[in-house]
Amino acid sequence: MSRKHHVTATVNGDEYEFLCETQQTLLDVLRDELMLTGTKEGCATGDCGACSVMVDGTLVCSCLILAVETEGKTIDTIEGMASNDELHPLQRKFLELNGLQCGICTPGILVAARALLERNPDPTETEVRYWLAGNLCRCTGYDKVIRSVLAAAEEMRGA
Amino acid sequence: MSPSSLLARRAIRAMMARTNFNEGVEMPDLRYEAPGSLADAVKALAAAGGLTRILAGGTDVIVQMETDLIEPELLVDIKKIPALRNITAENGGFRIGAAVSAMQMMDHAALCATFPGVIEGVKLIGSIQVKGRATVAGNLCNASPGADSVPPMVTAGAIAHVVGPNGARDVPVEQIPVSPGKTSLAKGEIIESFFLPAPARNSGGAYQRFTPRTEMDIAVVGIAVNLTLDAGGVCTAARVSLGAVAPTVLLSKECADALIGTKVDEAALDKLAAAASAACRPIDDKRGTKEFRIKVAGVLAKRVAQKALERARHIA
Repeated sequence: MSRKHHVTATVNGDEYEFLCETQQTLLDVLRDELMLTGTKEGCATGDCGACSVMVDGTLVCSCLILAVETEGKTIDTIEGMASNDELHPLQRKFLELNGLQCGICTPGILVAARALLERNPDPTETEVRYWLAGNLCRCTGYDKVIRSVLAAAEEMRGA
Repeated sequence: MSPSSLLARRAIRAMMARTNFNEGVEMPDLRYEAPGSLADAVKALAAAGGLTRILAGGTDVIVQMETDLIEPELLVDIKKIPALRNITAENGGFRIGAAVSAMQMMDHAALCATFPGVIEGVKLIGSIQVKGRATVAGNLCNASPGADSVPPMVTAGAIAHVVGPNGARDVPVEQIPVSPGKTSLAKGEIIESFFLPAPARNSGGAYQRFTPRTEMDIAVVGIAVNLTLDAGGVCTAARVSLGAVAPTVLLSKECADALIGTKVDEAALDKLAAAASAACRPIDDKRGTKEFRIKVAGVLAKRVAQKALERARHIA
């Protein structure tokens, strides 16, 4: 019987404590233990990006990190993106410009896009496309996703 | 494993974890250790009876566990060992800790300026998300012949510093993989760091691969070239490495000999292309046939040598 690990981590600014098996990924714990189901499971093998979150400021697939590895870490998920009742500009632009259809890939894309704009507030279309190459979307054909990110970047630069 | 059965299995596991049904249910006993020193990591690996894996970025190990390719009894997380997380300047070159992520390397301006060929390979490892975790040491020790960071590390002359129960040794990176998925590391041995020696004057390196897509793909052929010119523009030293065309990444003396002593003109490049094609011992798979890989290796070797030449002449 494997022993459970006791982990303390900061998720969206709040300290959480949880127990996990070695095999449980961060994605498993976010969704099944902390009930933060905004982070989606697509492939569970790091190919689709639907489970993208930030760990200590680095964009990662939460399916490719064990929960036990997050002891003492700072985790930011889609649930922390809007502040109070106000959507993040990226979220607003995705709604205004139809940057989503079924929505499964959207939390991962939003988290990934925010990570890009924090590094590079004025990316070219090509830079946005390459940065989001690890976020698969079967609905939109990507174009409206890219337009939404560029529009949000423009608005955020003006703000 | 099909995606649907993977999801079903994960759903069952999540349910069991929630309801504590796993009391009394057979679950593989997977231990996790995160030692603070390399000595303790070596000790833990050497003492384990069953299959062990080092956990650095986890982008191969976790997928292999998830898809039941491996069932280790012990994971040793090496990211709590401070020295393994650093990139440090050393004798005009750089030492890169084994737990340094691809993204950390890409964000290191001096490393990128000194070793553009290595960084070209590192940039191709996977998505931004994967590069945030994946390490070059892991790319090497996963021992895939298609690993993008390995050929340019080989041509840059990278040396792995290996620490184990019987002491430390320095190993050229091309001697680490021995066959797909297998390395020459003994039980308990860990790569602590890589040393990238200072590039010679008037030298340049480059890496390119062929893939059907521009991103998020695995090399059908990957070629790295490093070459050094003398004052007259004659190539005095060269290293050529080929990926995805044999059971391991190759370092080809025949390819290097095609360039050394020449001005890397069209005739030398044609000889290089022929040598690169001749060095291939590829398999047919869904990404490319043997014939295609052999042909593309030659074409790509010429292109990459031209890029390395530009860099050696300081054009690029």
